[in-house]
Amino acid sequence: MAVETTGSALGAASSTRGASFAEQSIALGRRAVLRTVRQRGLVIFPMVFPLILFAINGSALSPATHIPGFPTDNYRDFLIAMPFIQGAMFVSITAGVDLARDIETGFLNRLAMTPLRGEALLVGQLGGALVIGVIQAIIYLLFGLATGVTLVSGVGGALVLLALSILISFAFASLGEFLALRFGTGEAVQAIFPLLFVTLFLSSSSLPRNLIKASWFREVATYNPVSYLLEGLRSLVITGWDAQALGLGFGFAIALLVVSLGLSRSAMRTRLARR
Amino acid sequence: MNARAAIEVENLVREFRKGPRAVDGIDLAVSPGEIYGFLGPNGAGKSTTVLMLTTLLPPTSGRATVGGYDIVRQGAQVRATIGAALQEAALDAILTGREHLILQATLQGLPGAERRRRAQELLERVGLTEAADRRVGGYSGGMKRRLDLALALVHSPRILFLDEPTTGLDVQSRTALWEEVARLAHDEGMTVFLTTQYLEEADILADRIGIIDHGSIVAEGTPAELKAEIGGPSVEVTPTDPDAGDRLGELLAGFGEMRRNGRGSVTVQLPGGEAELAEIVRILDRADLHVQTLQLHQPSLDDVFLAKTGRKLEGSGGGAVAETAEQPSGRGRRRRGR
Repeated sequence: MAVETTGSALGAASSTRGASFAEQSIALGRRAVLRTVRQRGLVIFPMVFPLILFAINGSALSPATHIPGFPTDNYRDFLIAMPFIQGAMFVSITAGVDLARDIETGFLNRLAMTPLRGEALLVGQLGGALVIGVIQAIIYLLFGLATGVTLVSGVGGALVLLALSILISFAFASLGEFLALRFGTGEAVQAIFPLLFVTLFLSSSSLPRNLIKASWFREVATYNPVSYLLEGLRSLVITGWDAQALGLGFGFAIALLVVSLGLSRSAMRTRLARR
Repeated sequence: MNARAAIEVENLVREFRKGPRAVDGIDLAVSPGEIYGFLGPNGAGKSTTVLMLTTLLPPTSGRATVGGYDIVRQGAQVRATIGAALQEAALDAILTGREHLILQATLQGLPGAERRRRAQELLERVGLTEAADRRVGGYSGGMKRRLDLALALVHSPRILFLDEPTTGLDVQSRTALWEEVARLAHDEGMTVFLTTQYLEEADILADRIGIIDHGSIVAEGTPAELKAEIGGPSVEVTPTDPDAGDRLGELLAGFGEMRRNGRGSVTVQLPGGEAELAEIVRILDRADLHVQTLQLHQPSLDDVFLAKTGRKLEGSGGGAVAETAEQPSGRGRRRRGR
């Protein structure tokens, strides 16, 4: 088929230069933060819900401290780790649903039309998770301290607790991103949430593993990585500087982050499907 | 393949698993600076073609170049050359219009200082200056489409893909968008690949039109060429007295092929063109046959579509719009039929 030609119209367009990975990540991170800040209603309840559970269980389950071998006489000291993990799980849903919405609305296709690197989107999206993770970790810590929790590791321990908590939020957020990229809908991401919550209750969230009477439960809790996330956080409150608990806590959080990011990266390539 | 065409497609196919061929071996070529209208009903394969040409969907087989770059092997170069506003205005309801443009400018690699300037320039061009700092969730459909267009233009692409850009818009918004598209092509030399299910949109905007149905291109040419293919105008005459239909038929029989429509109404082709209309009026007057209505029909793209596919185009109900909408200014109409 013959067509007219004017060579000047055929070159790549612009005077643009490629945006660096950091520029892309920061731009998308800024968007994620703006989305989070402007949708306060969507993040406040998930943030408050763990505190309500903490208040109820902290009171109702306090007789557990009378069990011989219980590591503290204040059940709230033991329980304070749980809101951090619950909050992180909620972050996974918020991050996953946000990304799933981008897929459903075609916004991801818009981004795919730019020279965007998929990894920059993954990292940028975590910006929103960072905001929620930091805010909720500070709120949980302050709420715990206000209700009688004592942090035996002191101020330094509080900072490490916040760091571990934020790392756990990142890890769960990247898991949410993977679910969004794999399934492509917000509903699918939300449907996974109850399963995440089951892993929390099948862990050492309510009792130390060595005090769990049912052997099957103890076995499950021992193989459940969530137990080690909880115990890493808890060690800073009850024990002080416990290298093994902290090592396992940070180790499992990093492992979850690395595995989730790897899965997300692979799913992102499939999802973008651009050539 | 002609490597100098803005868009060139050879035997492009896309099959979906357990589905029919959405695109079934199409060939087309679009010249630089041309507005190419890709016309067809819902499900004809228009959007699938656009997704392939914009590198968002790999073809099953066949070959295509956009801006001289192969859509499979040189995706990144294709994306740098094109802008696209896909079927749904994919916007983030939480962000403002300006934030969208700055984000897009950043991802497209515009230097930092230029991003805000370019965003402002495009906001002014599409008439969104006042709404620039409002969240997009509060925008009307027309405003979203205009922002969508602005986003596609951030990096000054040479080739623009618009997938049903005016679907769901009111008359005023459609007209404004048509004017902007015509201006981009005729003033800036941008190549525009426009899919639409509105006949009038293709008729008014496109320099050339490809009609796609069931994944295949069934006709291609300028609007004038396509209409000329199916013959001259026709006149429909409805007598005041429905029983006068036979007599009316006898009077008009000598003009050309005739069709009876019911209630005495008769449509007759005018191979000699609309000049024969005066003679028809004189004959009816001499015969003292009273007429309720007399309508001259010029061939339309709807007739072309009917002739090529055997059915009317779904969604061509944009007709009400076209009857009232103004035509965009610019050289679009004058260039037709080159």
